[in-house]
Amino acid sequence: MKKIFSSIMTLAVALAIIACGGNSNDGGRNAQELSGAGATFPLPFYNVVFENFSQVNGDAVAYGGIGSGGGVRNLRDKIVDFAGSDAFLSDKEMAEMNPLIHVPTCMGAVVLAYNLDGVSELKLSGEVIADIFAGNIKKWNDERLVALNPDATLPAEAIIPVYRSDGSGTTFVFTDYLTKVSPMWASNFGAGKSVNFPSGQAAKGNPGVAGVIKQTKNSIGYVGSEYAFAQKIPYARIRNLRGEFVEPNANSISAAASGEIPADTRCSITNSDVAGAYPISTFTWMIIYKEQNYSDRSMEQAVATLDLLRYILSDEAQNITSEVHYAPLPAKAKELSITNLKTVTFDGVAILQ
Amino acid sequence: MNDKIYKVILFIAALIMPIVCGGVVYALVTDAYEAFEHFGFFKFLTSSEWSYTEGAEQYGALPFITGTLMTTLLALIFCIPFSLPVALFVGEYFKGTKIAAVLSTVTDLLAGIPSIIYGLWGFYTLRPIIMTLNVSPQGSGVLTASLVLAIMIVPYAASLSAEFIKMVPNDLKEGAYSLGATRAEVVRKVIFPVAGSGIFSSYILAIGRALGETMTVTMLIGNTNNIPDSITSTGNSMASIIANQFGEADGLRLSSLIAIGFILFLITALINMVGKIMIRRARIA
Repeated sequence: MKKIFSSIMTLAVALAIIACGGNSNDGGRNAQELSGAGATFPLPFYNVVFENFSQVNGDAVAYGGIGSGGGVRNLRDKIVDFAGSDAFLSDKEMAEMNPLIHVPTCMGAVVLAYNLDGVSELKLSGEVIADIFAGNIKKWNDERLVALNPDATLPAEAIIPVYRSDGSGTTFVFTDYLTKVSPMWASNFGAGKSVNFPSGQAAKGNPGVAGVIKQTKNSIGYVGSEYAFAQKIPYARIRNLRGEFVEPNANSISAAASGEIPADTRCSITNSDVAGAYPISTFTWMIIYKEQNYSDRSMEQAVATLDLLRYILSDEAQNITSEVHYAPLPAKAKELSITNLKTVTFDGVAILQ
Repeated sequence: MNDKIYKVILFIAALIMPIVCGGVVYALVTDAYEAFEHFGFFKFLTSSEWSYTEGAEQYGALPFITGTLMTTLLALIFCIPFSLPVALFVGEYFKGTKIAAVLSTVTDLLAGIPSIIYGLWGFYTLRPIIMTLNVSPQGSGVLTASLVLAIMIVPYAASLSAEFIKMVPNDLKEGAYSLGATRAEVVRKVIFPVAGSGIFSSYILAIGRALGETMTVTMLIGNTNNIPDSITSTGNSMASIIANQFGEADGLRLSSLIAIGFILFLITALINMVGKIMIRRARIA
């Protein structure tokens, strides 16, 4: 049933694109309609990039922000050209599908946004965040919070944690970080796209969580940085492995990725030990099939898909990242991705020379 | 000949609806089967675990059945003081007057407002009020959702009740007046007993509407997967858990969500059936 629903949705999206497509590009091929689906986390970035891409190349890109898991499922059903995901696929998930390639598109941060009267700067550590979301720290004036924030006047009010009610890559990145910094969190809750948070309230999607925090006094929640910024909600500085309290911005997020990156770019960069790194940073990926000939896709469509990915990796697109509060990819990640893209084939023949 | 074609077309048209309904049930049952088989039907109904841990997934519908029943019941209680006076106003006290027509139109208009609008109103207006009154710290919860639901079902309850109140025969009322009954006594001792089962059935149908309401509840109930321990705490209804998690669900979780959909379908069908039977009885009486 779900499959039929997704197919109908994709069809509707495709029809919408056909209605406004038709122009051709300078690359000697006809303009294509690409469709992708997945993470909402990089959506603001993708909106700008896809718009620019279609102006440059004439190809239209439709992206449905249906969540990382939904995007991967659509890719598995072979009804999209690419999936967007904030969580890389595990070896087990990879084994269940045809060979895939992960291409990081930009970097982002999950921020701890809060709503507290009279507190303009809040500092948190990983263990404290874990205890807040586990329900062990219940009041804002808990001694551990006061110790981290000697200058702030924290109210004697109950903390209201806000989390995601839907499965989400943002939740995965956040709980992946908590699992690394807190043994208590690792043994009781673990990391995943859906986690059984014991206290607080939940809302759907990044915009939903941001909306609830903005409207609820004494609340705290995790959202993609862009969403906290758009809603003008303050967010906390977080203590990294080196003991620095770091604010999420393009520099601190990029710093988190300056360590080693594996050849397939599948890695978690939370809790980075680099100086100045924001600890809850992540890559966000687009995932495509290594063999592009599936579901009656044409060669031109496959080329357009690769053109899109190469455009996203280009300096022109990467410069947009910081405008929309993400961070550009480190050079290493771009090099690896270009190498990986060269292995993409159509009927077994490499597309890029 | 013409008549025959006409008959065939009608027959086909009439057949489509039962087929669609049967198809929905079939799809629900086949997709929910995995969950029922894995957990057992009654275990699924009575388990309050909703845990995603890979390899040890545990899904039970109890928190959501409780959430749905709590919001619906509360909505019903909150809706009576609004809908019953409106029904009496329109159907008895100001029957046939212009002001009654205006009032009933305005009430019916409430039914036409999309549920997302109610949700937004609840989120931006009612929730802060609940927080300021210190009813609950986070504002969202069963109570908030029920209050908005109550407003949403008022038109359904009120307009149908008004019809039944209008249908009470004049001879009965005049008989009571001739015996010296006051208006209030006529309402209590003649109208309510005569139109009672009709009024009751209109509330049943209103409940049917509240049971499946999704958007408003999702925005206001707080979306936590446990049994609400009081009316101010957060929870999830059957419709809202599906809305929340359908997009990312997979395998056993997807099947469990569809199983919840199936249970919701059964409950709604049952309640509507009771309503229909009561209406038929009211008409006969």
